Amino acid sequence: MSATLPETLAGIVPAAPNLLFPFVLQLADTSLILAHRLSEWCGHGPVLEQDLALANIALDLLGEARSYYQYAAELEGQGRTEDDLAYLRSAVEYRNPLLVEQPNGDFAHTVVRQFLFDNFHYHLLQALKESADAQLAAIAEKSLKEAAYHLKWSSEWVIRLGDGTAESRQRLDKAIAALWRFAGELTTPTTTETCLQRLGLVPDYAALLPAMEAHVAHVLGEATVPVPEAVFAQQGGKMGRHSEHLGYLLAELQYMQRSYPGLTW
Amino acid sequence: MAPTEERIWQLLEEVSDPEVPVLSILDLGIVRAVRVADDAVDVTITPTYSGCPAMNVIATEIRLRLLAEGLTNLTIHNQLSPAWTTDWMSRAGREKLEAYGIAPPVDGTATGHLLNLFGEDTAVRCPVCKSEHTHLVSQFGSTACKAHYQCDDCLEPFDYFKCHS
Repeated sequence: MSATLPETLAGIVPAAPNLLFPFVLQLADTSLILAHRLSEWCGHGPVLEQDLALANIALDLLGEARSYYQYAAELEGQGRTEDDLAYLRSAVEYRNPLLVEQPNGDFAHTVVRQFLFDNFHYHLLQALKESADAQLAAIAEKSLKEAAYHLKWSSEWVIRLGDGTAESRQRLDKAIAALWRFAGELTTPTTTETCLQRLGLVPDYAALLPAMEAHVAHVLGEATVPVPEAVFAQQGGKMGRHSEHLGYLLAELQYMQRSYPGLTW
Repeated sequence: MAPTEERIWQLLEEVSDPEVPVLSILDLGIVRAVRVADDAVDVTITPTYSGCPAMNVIATEIRLRLLAEGLTNLTIHNQLSPAWTTDWMSRAGREKLEAYGIAPPVDGTATGHLLNLFGEDTAVRCPVCKSEHTHLVSQFGSTACKAHYQCDDCLEPFDYFKCHS
């Protein structure tokens, strides 16, 4: 909706709202898919307190996803609702990066996946709250407070597992080996993201990297774990090329709407 | 007859938080504005946490309370910015919380610097025995807005409404 764009931009780049739609959808899908993964832990956490923590983080991300979906529906202006966008698209239409759809694995896998995401998410939101787009900035301002708790939680767990017992360390090492290759996609801009970055609507990811890398170095240092060498970044999710896991996840997430189309509370 | 804004605020004082029924939504600080133009009433609320399931219930309760007064021309807006903070919680609300068994937020103790990992827990007074000897069990409690604490003196586990600013 052009009303949410700065007038100067709306005049120069009339297509900006159309570019913003897939980006906002990407943010929404990312938070929704990770929220769903985390909610799979509900009732299965290693201890009650951590079961609650995982469910709390899932709920925060779900709330954030709803804000993005509502805004995306408004930007698209085709009469689709947040529910249509979340429940009635196929896997190839989803724009989340590959990291967040990876299965929970053991607790260490979930912690490492969360740590890599939180570190990006926290720094992204910090920059996004300065976006020239007022609605994105408002959602970022709100979600940032919650993302700070998430990053503290996942960082502390990386340290506990890494500097814990031989068993926890071995599990953390395995999780890092399995998941580190998915981190690069988060900060590698797609063509859409590059355009929006030039318009000042999306932060420049390269500018986020020093703070992100410093945090990784600090946390892994405390965990007594060496920082992994740069690995080939596995990508494609943000363009709709997903791993085999997403389809199964969506089959569960979308079950009610697929079985009973139009169902509401 | 057109209602006054003051009357609307009075009615909103009667709407309570479904999770913490001793608190009114005004105590919580989530009502940001009330506007009355002729018979049209516009209430702006802000969520405490993004995913708080109570928000939908609260919007419905506001609607029902105002409808009961014959106010049918209603709009309820959700506003995200400025983001809600526990600084907006009233003094009376904090006292009601403690009496209800939930420790109220301790100002100025929001999640500290990012690298302050394993930092010292916020000193929170036990709402049961009032001891200051308590410890954090988990930052994440029974709802998004609360952390889980335990008292080292009376051993009571309790909820702490965490500082969010």
